Amino acid sequence: MNRHLISAADLSRDDAVLILDTAAELASVAGRPIKKLPTLRGRTVVNLFYEDSTRTRTSFEAAAKRLSADVINFSAKGSSVAKGESLKDTALTLEAMGSDAIVIRHPASGAPRRLADWVSGRVINAGDGTHEHPTQALLDAFTMRQRLGGADQRGKGLDGIRVTIVGDVLHSRVARSNVLLLDTLGAEVTVVAPPTLMPYAVETWPCKAGYDLDAELRKTDVVMMLRVQQERMSAAFFPTVREYRRRYGLDTGRMALLPEHAIVMHPGPMNRGVEIAAEVADSPRSTIVAQVTNGVTVRMAVLYLMLGGAGEEIA
Amino acid sequence: MSDEWLIRGASIAGGEAADIHLRDGVVAAVGRGLAAAGATVLDAGGLVALPGLVDLHTHLREPGREDAETVETGTRAAALGGYTAVHAMANTEPVADTAGVVEQVWRLGEQAGYVDVRPVGAVTVGLHGKQLAELGAMADSAARVRVFSDDGFCVADPLLMRRALEYVKAFNGVIAQHAQEPRLTEGAQLNEGEIASRLGLAGWPAAAEEAIIARDCLLAAHVGAALHVCHVSTAGSVEIIRWAKSKGWRVTAEVTPHHLLLTDDLAGDYDTRFKVNPPLRTQADVDALRQGLADGTIDCVATDHAPHPVEAKESEWAAAANGMTGLETALRVVQLAMVDTGLLDWAGVADRMSVRPAAIGRVDGHGVPIAAGAPANLALYDAAAPAVPVDPRTHASRSRNSPFAGMALPGAVVATFLRGTATVLDGKATR
Repeated sequence: MNRHLISAADLSRDDAVLILDTAAELASVAGRPIKKLPTLRGRTVVNLFYEDSTRTRTSFEAAAKRLSADVINFSAKGSSVAKGESLKDTALTLEAMGSDAIVIRHPASGAPRRLADWVSGRVINAGDGTHEHPTQALLDAFTMRQRLGGADQRGKGLDGIRVTIVGDVLHSRVARSNVLLLDTLGAEVTVVAPPTLMPYAVETWPCKAGYDLDAELRKTDVVMMLRVQQERMSAAFFPTVREYRRRYGLDTGRMALLPEHAIVMHPGPMNRGVEIAAEVADSPRSTIVAQVTNGVTVRMAVLYLMLGGAGEEIA
Repeated sequence: MSDEWLIRGASIAGGEAADIHLRDGVVAAVGRGLAAAGATVLDAGGLVALPGLVDLHTHLREPGREDAETVETGTRAAALGGYTAVHAMANTEPVADTAGVVEQVWRLGEQAGYVDVRPVGAVTVGLHGKQLAELGAMADSAARVRVFSDDGFCVADPLLMRRALEYVKAFNGVIAQHAQEPRLTEGAQLNEGEIASRLGLAGWPAAAEEAIIARDCLLAAHVGAALHVCHVSTAGSVEIIRWAKSKGWRVTAEVTPHHLLLTDDLAGDYDTRFKVNPPLRTQADVDALRQGLADGTIDCVATDHAPHPVEAKESEWAAAANGMTGLETALRVVQLAMVDTGLLDWAGVADRMSVRPAAIGRVDGHGVPIAAGAPANLALYDAAAPAVPVDPRTHASRSRNSPFAGMALPGAVVATFLRGTATVLDGKATR
């Protein structure tokens, strides 16, 4: 494994499978009465969040605490960051306080990559601008393997699994990380978006791309709906929410096109009634709640492997 | 220090070796076996003599950002790069949009004495693109401004651009346009292409540059005015300018050293040294720019020397300043990109880095081929000096944001003369 986790491209297939296998073992801990492991006792994990994201921060916090690490939450609001302190100075300050790993969420693409140049501890990207969100891709892959694979999935990837990612791919860090990781794991990925929200040069990405959602739904094992931000409308990416829903929203009619076994995913937070209908989000096909649960175990696996050192037995 | 020099055995613009006698600020004689009793002799065997280089595009940062550069440090850097005249861009604080500011910059240049500083006047008040600055007052000032530019910003309003092009005809001026359609580049960070797409950085499409260049060429033709296009960066721009020139329109263009050598994939790790506007493009663009410079479609090389203090670059990509230093490396980059590749000979370098920029900038006394009677503005360059990695810490510029840091560049500027006085000797500033 690399020193840092900044892009899903940092992970080899072996790395990714090891994380998924480790997460599967750790998932069993979640079923115990006492959910805590002593593995990272004495280690300090800093959650450095420049964007509000209670979901992701809480998930990392729960993961670190279940491994007995000390957790410091450092949010940009109400801190020296609000007074104009640079990212570098903030990072050096946190490291001087003894952090072993910094989990960073930042609105600027590439901020974790820059951070990694300035600190000696580990850096984990918890979402940077419109770049990547690698732990989201890992939890998505874990969920796919759990739901679509057979009984014993240890050591396995996602070979041959067909995944369709739908929506604002252009601005989506979830899509970028998923395309890279799923390709590494052997899945066949197609991104579907209105042409205005399709990334430039998407033909250089390791996936297929199309504009016709209905055609893709008939032949996919996984459909992943991305959150569409309504402010995109004012920037003329699409005319109205109504039209977006009509062309790219997943309603019950579209869900019926899916093969019997196919699952519906969403990284959250959802816009019910926009990219996904409530009936779909709440249907048995939906893995949305499982994704949240798996988020904690996958992040435990990442922290364990990056900070605990592999080879140590999971108690 | 003597002001009479006998330069022995220099290859004049790559031609046969000859002696050059400098006296009273002019070239007294050129020939073989010259004698000059009172002159200091400088052995220039193996060196190329070029007319002093002229930069159409330099950010000297003074007044206002003396932490990044001053007229003195910037012009010392220019002399070390072989330059004898530079055009100081208008985006200072305050903006060079009045006779007062351009005269101040010009005087600071005179005091420093390394090169002739020709201030560029802002086209619009405060670079805001709303109202014409007092272009005539700047033209009539002691600074004798002839080049006007809102560089850093595009004069995007087509009517305002038309008026500016027309207005400066009265005093033989030229509008130097930073071609960037603002709506198409809102929030833009990097060339719109494979790299920006992967990095999740908002794209800066080539079409946003090309659309403005095409529009401005049409406007310049319509009103019979002179347009100069700053820092051309795309293959499409070269095509449009080639077409405009084929019509006989008064269009000129420059390319920067960095756009002749570097590509957007260097930004792959979000290294902010490579953040510049217009952005680094693709290898196909680099190839087209080199070809355009070789065939004369692009008239000249201009550095767009843009010094920034460390903290302006030591940040996340989106927050980092645009720009790169370039004065002290320009000639070496041109050797690597154009001469060593066989695209341009030294006569061509003299034309593209001295003769043509001096003509576009209307700079008297510069850009004159080395011959008896010419002003003694020249540079001696050792093209055979082994390639060594660039170390910005050794630069005279106050800033260190060279994109060429660590990159091995051939050649070395050995000496520079401004009106017969050495500003650089043995590769070092004389003061």
